[in-house]
Amino acid sequence: MDGIADMGGTEGWGPVHPPSADEPVFAERWQGRALALGVLAIRVSGRNIDAYRYALERLDRTGYLGDGYFGRWLNGAELMLDDSAILAPDAVDARARNLRGEKVAEPPVPEPNRPGYTPAAPGSLRTVDAAPAFATGQRVRTRDMSSPGHTRLPRYLRGHAGVVELIQPAAVLPDTNAEFLGENPQHVYTVRFDARELWGGEDFAVTAELFESYLEAAA
Amino acid sequence: MSERPPVALRAEALEQLLTERGLIETQALDRIIADYETNIGPLNGAKVVARAWSDPQYRRRLLDDGTAAIEELGFSGSQGEHIVVVENTPAVHNVVVCTLCSCYPWPVLGLPPSWYKDPAYRSRVVREPRTVLAEMGLELADDVRIVVHDSTSEVRWLVLPERPAGTEHLTEEQLVPLVTRDAMVGVAKVQAP
Repeated sequence: MDGIADMGGTEGWGPVHPPSADEPVFAERWQGRALALGVLAIRVSGRNIDAYRYALERLDRTGYLGDGYFGRWLNGAELMLDDSAILAPDAVDARARNLRGEKVAEPPVPEPNRPGYTPAAPGSLRTVDAAPAFATGQRVRTRDMSSPGHTRLPRYLRGHAGVVELIQPAAVLPDTNAEFLGENPQHVYTVRFDARELWGGEDFAVTAELFESYLEAAA
Repeated sequence: MSERPPVALRAEALEQLLTERGLIETQALDRIIADYETNIGPLNGAKVVARAWSDPQYRRRLLDDGTAAIEELGFSGSQGEHIVVVENTPAVHNVVVCTLCSCYPWPVLGLPPSWYKDPAYRSRVVREPRTVLAEMGLELADDVRIVVHDSTSEVRWLVLPERPAGTEHLTEEQLVPLVTRDAMVGVAKVQAP
């Protein structure tokens, strides 16, 4: 989707923050709790990693950026749990208010509504019987498509031509898997793009892993 | 209605709501946190790099099939289903990003550092990598070819940095502490001691 998460090439973010060698894994205690809650919320909500990324993408600007990376994880976990009706939408807010001494009514626990989803195998790698449609060294073009849902074709690579550099193991298609519309395993290609073709400026290369349905043969 | 509760309190609230219904266990959270605080971090990747620098056959296997060669050293798991290793040389500099989220090879590098998750890095390194690297303290000569790897699928990238001159006499064990996380993502070079 054309949301805030799709950041490649967008402007206005300011300077990068140089690395600090002694950065702790979790600067604050809640950050570790948020990460672990996110990992566990995938299972509790009966969802998958693609659905989690899609939940992150659907957060509003405050939910995505306001509390940093681990805040985003927490907010995405909450959204997945809301989506599967494990929690009522205001349950976390109400409990947090009560934790700080407000007296608010907490919403009743809803009837869970997990998606009817069972992965065909663990992880994302799958076997595809059909031969890859594209060969290494072949020139391909990404489809110029805007997906209303989840996709792993970044906006800045849409409609651009590149060269297949590697054929990676076939994998579950995140676009449909994120919404439980089937795994649709596909071949995955590492495609190399010339940055002058993407941006018209500096000479360097960008590679990305692209699913077969994102690509068409280019002249 | 008063101000929205801060994130730390919301994390505590979510944990309570799930534990009191038996949907998760506190110990399961503690285990995940302890794993990423103590067991799974860039020291794993440093061991892989030091081995590759010390053993040419291992280096070959690592570049041919990163996942299998990394598993030889006992590293695998979440966010490391398929790892591809690329080598930095005097002529080619590889650097890794995830513009869509913050995908990162957890089994070898642990959780990503702040700068990797920062919108400025995610947005800019695919557009002006030379400038971004310079801002991060890495000045590359004009004739060095930069390749930016955007991690858009479950494939994860690990950079095999150049072994610094003056380390020829060092053993594999002595090389390990020289290898930094930042060099294995491609925003720094490994320095000789």
